[in-house]
Amino acid sequence: MSWEIVIGLEIHTQLSTRSKIFSGASTAFGAEPNTQACAVDIALPGVLPVLNKGAVERAIKFGLAVGAHIAPRSVFARKNYFYPDLPKGYQISQFDQPVVGQGALTIQVEPLSGAEKPDGKMAKPYEKAKPYEKIVRITRAHLEEDAGKSLHEDFHDLAGNDLTGVDLNRAGTPLLEIVSEPDMRSAAEAVAYAKAMHTLVRWIDICDGNMQEGSFRCDANVSVRRMGEEKLGTRREIKNLNSFKFLQQAIEYEAQWQIDTLESGGKIQQATVLFDADKVETRAMRSKEDAHDYRYFPDPDLLPLAISDAWIAEIKASLPELPAAKRARYVADLGLSEYDANALTASREMADFFEAMLNPSRPPLIRGGVDATPSPDKGRAGEGFSRIESKLCANWLMGDVSAALNREDRSIAHCPITPQQLSGMLQRIADDTISNAGAKEVFKILWSEGGSADAIIEAKGLKQVSDVGALEKIVDEMIAANPAQVAEYRSGKEKVFGFFVGLAMKASKGRANPSQLNEVLKRKLA
Amino acid sequence: MSNQSPINFSLRQLGDALRAKKISSVELTQVYLERIATLNPALNAYLTLNAEMSLAQARNADALLAQNKSSPLTGIPFAQKDIFCAKGWRTTCGSKMLENFIAPYDAHVIQQFNEAGAVNLGKTNMDEFAMGSSNETSYFGAVKNPWNHQAVPGGSSGGSAAAVAARLCAAATGTDTGGSIRQPAALCGISGIKPTYGVVSRYGMIAFASSLDQAGPMARSAEDLAMMLNTMAGFDERDSTSLQRPTEDYLRDIDTPAAGKPLSGLRIGLPKEFFAEGLSEDVTQAVAAAIAEYQKLGASVVNISLPNSKLSIPVYYVLAPAEASSNLSRFDGVRYGYRAKEYIDLTDMYEKSRAQGFGAEVKRRIMIGTYVLSHGYYDAYYVQAQKIRRLIAQDFEEAFRHCDVIMGPTAPSTAFNLGEKGDDPVQMYLSDIYTIAVNLAGLPGMSIPAGFGKNNLPVGLQIIGNYFAEAQMLNVAHRYQQVTDWHTRMPQSMGALK
Repeated sequence: MSWEIVIGLEIHTQLSTRSKIFSGASTAFGAEPNTQACAVDIALPGVLPVLNKGAVERAIKFGLAVGAHIAPRSVFARKNYFYPDLPKGYQISQFDQPVVGQGALTIQVEPLSGAEKPDGKMAKPYEKAKPYEKIVRITRAHLEEDAGKSLHEDFHDLAGNDLTGVDLNRAGTPLLEIVSEPDMRSAAEAVAYAKAMHTLVRWIDICDGNMQEGSFRCDANVSVRRMGEEKLGTRREIKNLNSFKFLQQAIEYEAQWQIDTLESGGKIQQATVLFDADKVETRAMRSKEDAHDYRYFPDPDLLPLAISDAWIAEIKASLPELPAAKRARYVADLGLSEYDANALTASREMADFFEAMLNPSRPPLIRGGVDATPSPDKGRAGEGFSRIESKLCANWLMGDVSAALNREDRSIAHCPITPQQLSGMLQRIADDTISNAGAKEVFKILWSEGGSADAIIEAKGLKQVSDVGALEKIVDEMIAANPAQVAEYRSGKEKVFGFFVGLAMKASKGRANPSQLNEVLKRKLA
Repeated sequence: MSNQSPINFSLRQLGDALRAKKISSVELTQVYLERIATLNPALNAYLTLNAEMSLAQARNADALLAQNKSSPLTGIPFAQKDIFCAKGWRTTCGSKMLENFIAPYDAHVIQQFNEAGAVNLGKTNMDEFAMGSSNETSYFGAVKNPWNHQAVPGGSSGGSAAAVAARLCAAATGTDTGGSIRQPAALCGISGIKPTYGVVSRYGMIAFASSLDQAGPMARSAEDLAMMLNTMAGFDERDSTSLQRPTEDYLRDIDTPAAGKPLSGLRIGLPKEFFAEGLSEDVTQAVAAAIAEYQKLGASVVNISLPNSKLSIPVYYVLAPAEASSNLSRFDGVRYGYRAKEYIDLTDMYEKSRAQGFGAEVKRRIMIGTYVLSHGYYDAYYVQAQKIRRLIAQDFEEAFRHCDVIMGPTAPSTAFNLGEKGDDPVQMYLSDIYTIAVNLAGLPGMSIPAGFGKNNLPVGLQIIGNYFAEAQMLNVAHRYQQVTDWHTRMPQSMGALK
């Protein structure tokens, strides 16, 4: 019996405003407990909220980035419940009139560990699932304030009894809660959506995306139904998943648990569950029956939020080119593969680095002649140049640069080589000054010591010998010194060719241009 | 007691005397502190006094006066309703919940008085969290009406009203959610105005029902009210419902000389609903006499109707408790305020702290509010009440097409006796039948003394204006006070001091 998994995500992104959504206190992470909680945050008698315009601006940015309708009028409501980390006894949150309406996000799904296929069925071991594209609909996104934190550990009274501490630094931090439709059909799709959202919010600079610090956390609504069934199954909501790994594990565990429960004749009760990362399992926290009645009503301390068309237009004009558009452009205009285009748009920093390397204000890398990285587009008039240099840049960025970054656990933003330095080196590959082997040496030095590629090539004597006369001279001497091997080659033992390449490289101290050397050797040995 | 005593001076006269150095702010403050020491124990109008802090402000004011750096209120001692947070002052809101709460910051209103160089004489008694019409819900005991110690002073700003009537301050502040400035002003024979919603910032004023709460001045005359409003009003970015408007001089119409009939052309609307069943005979007569006086001043009378005003009490007792139930959630025993001594877990701590920290009326309203916001009842109560609220506002809009101000009684009767309505919340709620609609519409309303009813207790005349018509209303009240002396009368027992 096969089952379909249905997943919808609610993602809480912490907006990157310097002050809180309804007060002037700082939102910086990591301060001493309760040092960033002002009178409004601790809900002293008589204090009032004032909306942070920066938070609204970020919500609008997001809405525009997912093609959503921005509500000209939205309303803040009070969600009433008692908890020590909720100072007012209510959370201010948009409820039935959110600022961002329906939108959509296109995602690239990389099937996880060959386990699932697009239809949610388990792949057979020999089936290699392929990446695919999918559109996930966004229901809405709304502004709200975060609560503080209850600290249950390391608090004791003098008698040693456990106490609970409350840190209100986080209370009032602006959040944008992004709610998706139940459009995802596997943990892989859910992870791909969460990652694409993570990329997007950092891309448009509304959230720092720091998952350890809780700036980006997911709740997953999971249900299962028999394949072909139209009616959605009863869902359970997994709360507060703060890594993609946990998101994947929690969904996989939860879906299997629901399938097992149903297959053994059980029923699913609507519930909120927690994911235990140590035991890799989900556990029910509360059922629908003990769900709170939050008694939502419009907050009388705040006027309805009015957003003018002019403001929306202003923000729209300031939006950067979005990942999906860039991806498409890299494929269509630069001739990059889907795979390369995806990798290069994995983050704004990566794309910016790539584009800085391609900076059109500098002279083109390729001036004709030998192409160091053969491309099917070689020789095509006009656009061929930019396509070739794009591919060269992409290869280096995703190859040696990424490998070196990974080795040192750095992000592209902290790459010790600038795009301009790297371009300088690639230009010398392209114009045949250095070989690929030589370039790897230049790269090593650029990484550890800095400087310019030209200076390094000069200092280390890495310039390739492309001078045909010089190569002919080396080859002639070699042929004279090794008559036996020449005879062998000429008698048909082509393997011996490698012996001559090695000798010539040695003689040229590794600087011989490999393709020219091949050509000269073949001619002289014939 | 002669009228030459500073306790009978208007705020203008006090300001003149201070600037002319005929009296110092310290001396004036001491005069009031002595009167309070003698008379307050019987009245219970003040909850918190701090002579040291008051006199420090007075000395500061004297220094400003000496340098001729004074503003109109510099050096004048005011009483502050205990709903306003004042830095370093105990701020209880009339509740056991905040019995020991020392405010760490100033409310906008307090800040405005401080910046004007005024002296804070003390914090006045009030119904608990401003929920009441008789001051009997105060955890610290009821205030007595200075005109008759058996009678209530009205509420919730009963302490401020009694303090002004008894000359225990030059003037005072109040807040009005459903009549809490106007009704006690009427019952204590003083003047009070609730401005248009949004004119005075609510920042630092402990919230009862946020969409209705509005602070205003309580004083002996309309002119004094105008001077205070000049200090209290104005945009404050800390209150999102505060209105951004050009600064107004609320004295401008009062100070405009008028010869002959100063109110000629003024159309006074008399809503038939305000003179129907439930209005006592003595109040009817006093109000009629006041209207007659207005006609002598040149005003004409128009009969109007506010057909939905009869729904204002039920609407109010859905909306105000709904907002209050949420506003009062912060009093949970966690961070400040009362916490039960013994409890077994978090829920028990919440329940015991709130059960012990709040009085019966507050709990009643929290329960009503929680109920009307509950799933399944919200549409039937809260949403419906909001619709009727709009109808009530539309009634006024229509009425103001035919008149300039609306007049009628402030309260259905003169001050009732302490304990008389304590057991019957609905009878108590009816005390505000003429005032509540004004809050629901967000309009300005005021009450001025208009004679005396049975047992020689004061009657209040209510004046309701259109949005932002405060200056006009204050002038309308002022012209009446120029030709009558009700507002200058003082309860006899209060003059017994030097």
